[in-house]
Amino acid sequence: MNIGLYDTIAAVSTPAGSGGIGIVRISGENAVGVLEKIFVPKGAKKVRDIKSHTITYGNIVSEGKVIDEVLVSLMKAPRTYTREDVAEINCHGGITAVNSVLRAALKGGARLAEPGEFTKRAFLNGRIDLLQAEAVAEIISSKTEKAKQSAVNKLGGMLSKKIGAIREEIISAEAAIEAAIEYPEHDEEIVTMNSTKDVAVKALKEVRGLIEGAACGKIYTAGINAVILGKPNVGKSSFLNYILDEERAIVTDIPGTTRDALSETVNIKGIPVNITDTAGIRQTGDKIEKIGVDKSFKYAEEADIIFMMTDGSRGLSEEDIRLLEFIKGKKAIIIINKSDLKQITTEETLLPYAERENIITVSVKEDMGVDLIFERLKALFMLGEIDINDSACITGERNLESLRKAEKALMNVIETVDGGFPEDFLSMDLNEAYSALGEITGESLEEDVIDKIFSQFCLGK
Amino acid sequence: MDNYFVADKADVCIIGAGHAGCEAALASARMGLKTIIFALNLDSIAMMPCNPSIGGTSKGHLVREIDALGGEMGKNIDKTYLQNRMLNTGKGPAVYSLRAQADKNKYHTEMKRTMENTENLQIKQGEVVEILADDEKKVCGVKIESGNVYECRAAVLCTGTYLKARCLYGNTIIESGPNGMRNSVNLSRSLESLGIRLQRFKTGTPARVDKRTIDFSKMKIQLGDEKITPFSFENKAEDIYREQIPCYLTYTNGRTHEIIKENLDRSPLYGGVIKGTGPRYCPSIEDKVVRFADKERHQLFIEPEGEDTNEMYVQGMSSSLPADVQLKMYRTVAGMENVSIMRNAYAIEYDCLEANQLKLNLELKAVKGLFSAGQFNGTSGYEEAAAQGIAAGINAVKYVRGEEPFILDRSEAYIGVLIDDVVTKTSKEPYRMMTSRAEYRLLLRQDNADLRLSDYGYSFGLISEKRYEEFKKKRELIEKEIERVRKINIGPKPEVNSLLESLGTRTLKTGAKLTELIKRPEACYEALKDIDPERPDLPENVREQVNIQIKYEDYINRQIEQVERFKKLEGRRIPEDIDYSRVPSLRIEARQKLELIRPVNIGHASRISGVSPADINMLLVYLN
Repeated sequence: MNIGLYDTIAAVSTPAGSGGIGIVRISGENAVGVLEKIFVPKGAKKVRDIKSHTITYGNIVSEGKVIDEVLVSLMKAPRTYTREDVAEINCHGGITAVNSVLRAALKGGARLAEPGEFTKRAFLNGRIDLLQAEAVAEIISSKTEKAKQSAVNKLGGMLSKKIGAIREEIISAEAAIEAAIEYPEHDEEIVTMNSTKDVAVKALKEVRGLIEGAACGKIYTAGINAVILGKPNVGKSSFLNYILDEERAIVTDIPGTTRDALSETVNIKGIPVNITDTAGIRQTGDKIEKIGVDKSFKYAEEADIIFMMTDGSRGLSEEDIRLLEFIKGKKAIIIINKSDLKQITTEETLLPYAERENIITVSVKEDMGVDLIFERLKALFMLGEIDINDSACITGERNLESLRKAEKALMNVIETVDGGFPEDFLSMDLNEAYSALGEITGESLEEDVIDKIFSQFCLGK
Repeated sequence: MDNYFVADKADVCIIGAGHAGCEAALASARMGLKTIIFALNLDSIAMMPCNPSIGGTSKGHLVREIDALGGEMGKNIDKTYLQNRMLNTGKGPAVYSLRAQADKNKYHTEMKRTMENTENLQIKQGEVVEILADDEKKVCGVKIESGNVYECRAAVLCTGTYLKARCLYGNTIIESGPNGMRNSVNLSRSLESLGIRLQRFKTGTPARVDKRTIDFSKMKIQLGDEKITPFSFENKAEDIYREQIPCYLTYTNGRTHEIIKENLDRSPLYGGVIKGTGPRYCPSIEDKVVRFADKERHQLFIEPEGEDTNEMYVQGMSSSLPADVQLKMYRTVAGMENVSIMRNAYAIEYDCLEANQLKLNLELKAVKGLFSAGQFNGTSGYEEAAAQGIAAGINAVKYVRGEEPFILDRSEAYIGVLIDDVVTKTSKEPYRMMTSRAEYRLLLRQDNADLRLSDYGYSFGLISEKRYEEFKKKRELIEKEIERVRKINIGPKPEVNSLLESLGTRTLKTGAKLTELIKRPEACYEALKDIDPERPDLPENVREQVNIQIKYEDYINRQIEQVERFKKLEGRRIPEDIDYSRVPSLRIEARQKLELIRPVNIGHASRISGVSPADINMLLVYLN
């Protein structure tokens, strides 16, 4: 468990994506130190010399590269929100720019803030009163739970299996070392430095693969959670494929072929969108399909925006009406598809269910009007009517941080072997790698090593 | 207490005179309090009913720490060892582990002699049957079987494996404590009536066999180290030198395993007479054969029980099989074909404490002034017991004097790790100390136990002025020398490079820091003596520290950083009277666990299984 109370924290403190600038806030004892590492003021100015409560212009630099041109407000304790030293970096808006600056700050020594942590500090340092603090407590609790949930949901099967496998290798290597240390007179050769190195090299490769994956968005799940909803065969999968620009979902003419939800993160007009196609909704007796249908509603319930699809060439069915009733009052764009065919259902028909601006007629097949959907999405986002799910955003960045911790620890293991240091010096870093990876899947170290030692080796007097 | 005969009054009563009880009693008496220690049988003071050795991995660390605090175990084994070995020397300085074979009888006699001649300490034979507490649930005395009452202000339970103990092998069930000693039948009830929850643990020991019936030529001899390493920081190797006695290595084989498998149903363990699982680190030979069926043989060490006895301990072959099977299987072992068993192997079951009822000072939450230590707390091992014993003894004194408790944290000592684990984690088997349990073990080395803990020992009055002066001198020499070495730069001179070459490490082209050279795997402080002409003449224990502290500096520093993070959380205290039902949004499981353990600080709380980071956050917000 890692709860540093007085360490320096950083986070994006503006809602991602909205407006022309984003603010990365850094707070803590070492806020100035972190800033020194990443911020180069224009002119000959030094970060240390910046006066409190002033704004300074300059560049954010990481690994020798300029990342963004920014304005930095430096506010020294105690006259700040958290009553600690605070630096606020005003950078260019847009999720990519803001996150690069955040990553630079994390590399510079800050830790990613927990949800609600700035406010928590404000409270802990006596800046806000108890009533406010109770409200914060609620937020912390709900957000932490949500973040954990979303981490688990998002990572799902494949990734956690992969991480699980890497951890298993690491802990086996660690258990071998511990067994050898714990039972010096045990006669079997249970460990060699080289086998541990092999494990570390392999694990490092895998972890780096995950980091790269994370960088191009496979883990990084910041964005609007969007769901495509509609009864079978109205063109949902075609719409998703259109967005993804590749054949990912199975498209056929048989109703009910898309059974499982597919989720991808895509860039729509510069806005990251986690888009989920759901099983075609219809009354069904098929058991497997029933599960799919239930899931669809669940996804839709949690989504930031719903794309509700109907078939313009047909009249509204009972199922359509059921779905339209469901989306009433939720953020949704109704898409009337198949405008290339003779229209029976029109925008007028659907007015009872949504505002006119949110009803759009298209033909996905003929690529007619689809862009209007995207424009509308962007407009809603810019108007602040839909928000980025920020707990998902934190999840992504946190995972990346854990992966980097594991990477560093594994590099240390290799260095220790190469440096000719004895076994004992491997344990610290193997444990670190193991628990850093465990942070992603939500598991901890606890008694794992000891359990492993005794299940793997026959030891004891 | 009107109806009782008050036989005497003491400050502290110690119940049980095993390894925990002895340390507790000595600490209390040496700190100046009137102390009475009770044993069921005075011939069992500091008895070693299982293995005839002290120390080993992590246990050796504990003994060193006990010694640094001013305890007796290290001195006593230095007086009575038969063989002395430093194990693990190739695996890094933090896991060096010192172990000595003990002469069991002498160990007992010497400890008894020390206790008998300690001022303020009285030794009494008798079964304590009741702990007396006043209306405020504060300890006020103990009652022994004769009805005599000894009034006291604090008591320390060190009952080991004696409470309602029974020993088993095959169908044989003996209602006794270890080694045929009488057990304690009444005290459990008294404790339960005070609201203390007990549980049942079990462990076991192998047979003792007659040396004359063993053919050692079929075994591999195991000698002690040529260079003796004393356990006690007070002793010098030359002062405790003696002729060492060997141990022997042999193995089980397929035939042994067959006999065990054929007779498994006759084991009370596998037959279900004993419930619960045994300790994993101390498996019976039955367990080994069943769980690791593909292993062709298991190691056995044949160790002397003493200089004046023919009894030999068969390490690796503890069992609860019936006597006839024991004899049969022992006789399959190379060198033991005609062996004669003197004492059978057996399993033992006993009452012990659910240790989460303890505070970190080893005082029971339910009864003020009642402390406990050792196997009663659910641990295993002489060293674990002694470590808790000295901590409980010191804390009983602190309690009587109204002083702050003495609590070592996880970054200070193995003793701290041990007690924190025992109190915080709910162990389902006897708890054994292991180096892998100490997350900061690079700092908690056996070589620097004195540097870590002597200040405490001295402040308690448990280590002498003279010893402390010597210690301070050593500490100063280490610091000075490290400071001196750090400043030295070595040029690429021919004599430097020829030395480096002879060490098999790369030569210098430009200057280098001496510390950098020491850090090279092929080199060390000692080996670079010739190119460091200013080097003062220093004692060996100083040179050792200088080398370790420089050579492994980078790792040590990283560990220190980890400790600093840990300390921040340990520094956030939780008020003793906190009402967890008033902390908003805690999950039910967390609330129950926190209520049960009542952690003293945030770090402590975070180590409780079932308490999540989110719960800790809620707690933090509430606390402010």
